[in-house]
Amino acid sequence: MRREIPLLITGIVGVVFIVSYFIPHWPFSQMNNWFSDWFSIIQACAIFLGALNLLMVSSQKIARKAEGWGYAAVIIATFIMMVGIGFSGGVGFREAAGFDWLYRFMYIPLSATMFAILGFFVASASYRAFRARNVEASLLLVAAFLVMLGRVPVGDMVTSFMPDGSQMSDLASWIMNFPQKAGQRAIMIGIALGLVSTSLRIILGIERSHLGGGD
Amino acid sequence: MSPRRSTTGARPPVLCSCLLIPLVFFFLFLTNSASLAQGETEVVDTTATTPLAPVTSLLAQDFKYDDGDKLMLTWVPSIDDIPVTGRVTAYEVYQICNNGEPHRIAELLPEVSTFRVEELHRDSSYQFYVLALAEDASAQSVVTAAITPEQEWLKWNWLNLMVMTIVVCGAVMVFIKTATKGRKLFVRKIAGLEAVDEAIGRATEMGRPILYIPGINDMDDVQTLASLTILGHVAEQVANYDIKIRMPVARSLVMTAARETIKAGYQTAGRPDAYTDDMVSYITDEQFGYVAAVNGIMVREKPATVFLLGAFFAESLILAETGNSVGAIQIAGTARPAQLPFFIAACDFTLIGEELFAASAYLSDEPKALGSLKGQDVGKGIAMAAIIIGVTLTTLATLTGAEWMSSATELIRSWFVVTD
Repeated sequence: MRREIPLLITGIVGVVFIVSYFIPHWPFSQMNNWFSDWFSIIQACAIFLGALNLLMVSSQKIARKAEGWGYAAVIIATFIMMVGIGFSGGVGFREAAGFDWLYRFMYIPLSATMFAILGFFVASASYRAFRARNVEASLLLVAAFLVMLGRVPVGDMVTSFMPDGSQMSDLASWIMNFPQKAGQRAIMIGIALGLVSTSLRIILGIERSHLGGGD
Repeated sequence: MSPRRSTTGARPPVLCSCLLIPLVFFFLFLTNSASLAQGETEVVDTTATTPLAPVTSLLAQDFKYDDGDKLMLTWVPSIDDIPVTGRVTAYEVYQICNNGEPHRIAELLPEVSTFRVEELHRDSSYQFYVLALAEDASAQSVVTAAITPEQEWLKWNWLNLMVMTIVVCGAVMVFIKTATKGRKLFVRKIAGLEAVDEAIGRATEMGRPILYIPGINDMDDVQTLASLTILGHVAEQVANYDIKIRMPVARSLVMTAARETIKAGYQTAGRPDAYTDDMVSYITDEQFGYVAAVNGIMVREKPATVFLLGAFFAESLILAETGNSVGAIQIAGTARPAQLPFFIAACDFTLIGEELFAASAYLSDEPKALGSLKGQDVGKGIAMAAIIIGVTLTTLATLTGAEWMSSATELIRSWFVVTD
């Protein structure tokens, strides 16, 4: 029963979602919303599990004085601080001065810092990807070079002697609109069909390893 | 002396012209400013005296293919609604329910000419009017005739999508049935999946842990489910080789599901005692907070193998490059086309789109699952046929100018377009 009930729920919910996509009539129109609401409720309840796990793992690290236990102490301290300030703000805690300040002036800058690292990683990854090791990599290198050149003003300056419509920016647009888009669409068609197939396997109960085991 | 004289003699005309030219410009400027000011005043005067034109041809229609809770309003914008220089600042939509009092249901920007009214009742009748608003005036349209929303059973405008769904799902089910009967099905080799066991073996040899990242979406994303099915196979191998697996997650539900999956893997391998809950740990739902924590784990623990399988967004390259920098062998896979180039650039093996979904069937080698993979091929066949026929007809229509070829292309295209 431990596995059959989740499979039954998955099957029913999956079928209802597919049917409600094509039948707008009651009860399908409402069932779709109900299931979405239920998922949100379960998701909200599950956050307690996550928070509890985070505190337990971090506490154990501190108790064992495991490597990097200082980070665990920071996690617990900041967790207690955010929760404490949030609760003290009452119902309108989002607008409360302390909570808002911590979010805007601590979380957002830290988050932006992480995101900013991406710029450097793009450079290092591009360096590796664009090394002309074989024919495919060389084609990638040439295409990338042309697209990059076509995206900056100097690209059109270099090809200024060419007639209108044959400038570097036009070539870059052509690469993006035709070969690139064709390849991306092929991948997207594959993804869509893969989604259909995987969803059917889950709805029919063929795929059940996410529930913990095969049979 | 004479040249000097002559020079000094020429000075008065130069001085004159120097003074005259600015004066002329100043005069022209004043004249122009005055005329502009006059013009502005005139415009203001005109608008102040001219009444604002209301919207016209206001029509309330039933919204097709809904549960009978929507109506569609369309109108022709006021003739005073001109981009940039127009007088109309906004439109207000008013609703009258069962001949009651009108009440405002929406305020719209200029140039808008449609509005979908929602949350209506099938047992009530509705009338509407639109108020065009300007700084100094307003104009009301005519009130529409009373209308009651209607309910439909099927979205007939999505008939093409319905047929495609039935065909593809039918094909998948037929092939599952065929595979169950014992027919041998060919599935091409997927390099990324062939490398899974090799990558686990490497971690065993190096005595370092495996890091498994299931993306940052929740259990309602099929990519996360696909990732967890691969995790089942990985967990079994990890248990067999007795190595350490670390799985930091960004969603609490994924944490509980992943624990069940890994536990089942250990049970299948006959080592349930070796499983501990701390193999999977929740970090945070926040995208970059999670990334910071995972990067920290990578740098501190230096895993031998990193799996990046699931739904990834801007963090894909940050994670993959950090994994690369610590020398881990990386197997990545996602169904988000925008993130695939990053994985291809930074990882050793990448499961491209559908390969991620095919992974569980491929690794399990179960006939039913393999049958579902073959069913996908029918969908691909239809897509390929439509593309080839469409491209050929479009090219020939352009070359020959034949009308019927253009119509045929349009017909094929309409079968793959979903209209709302």
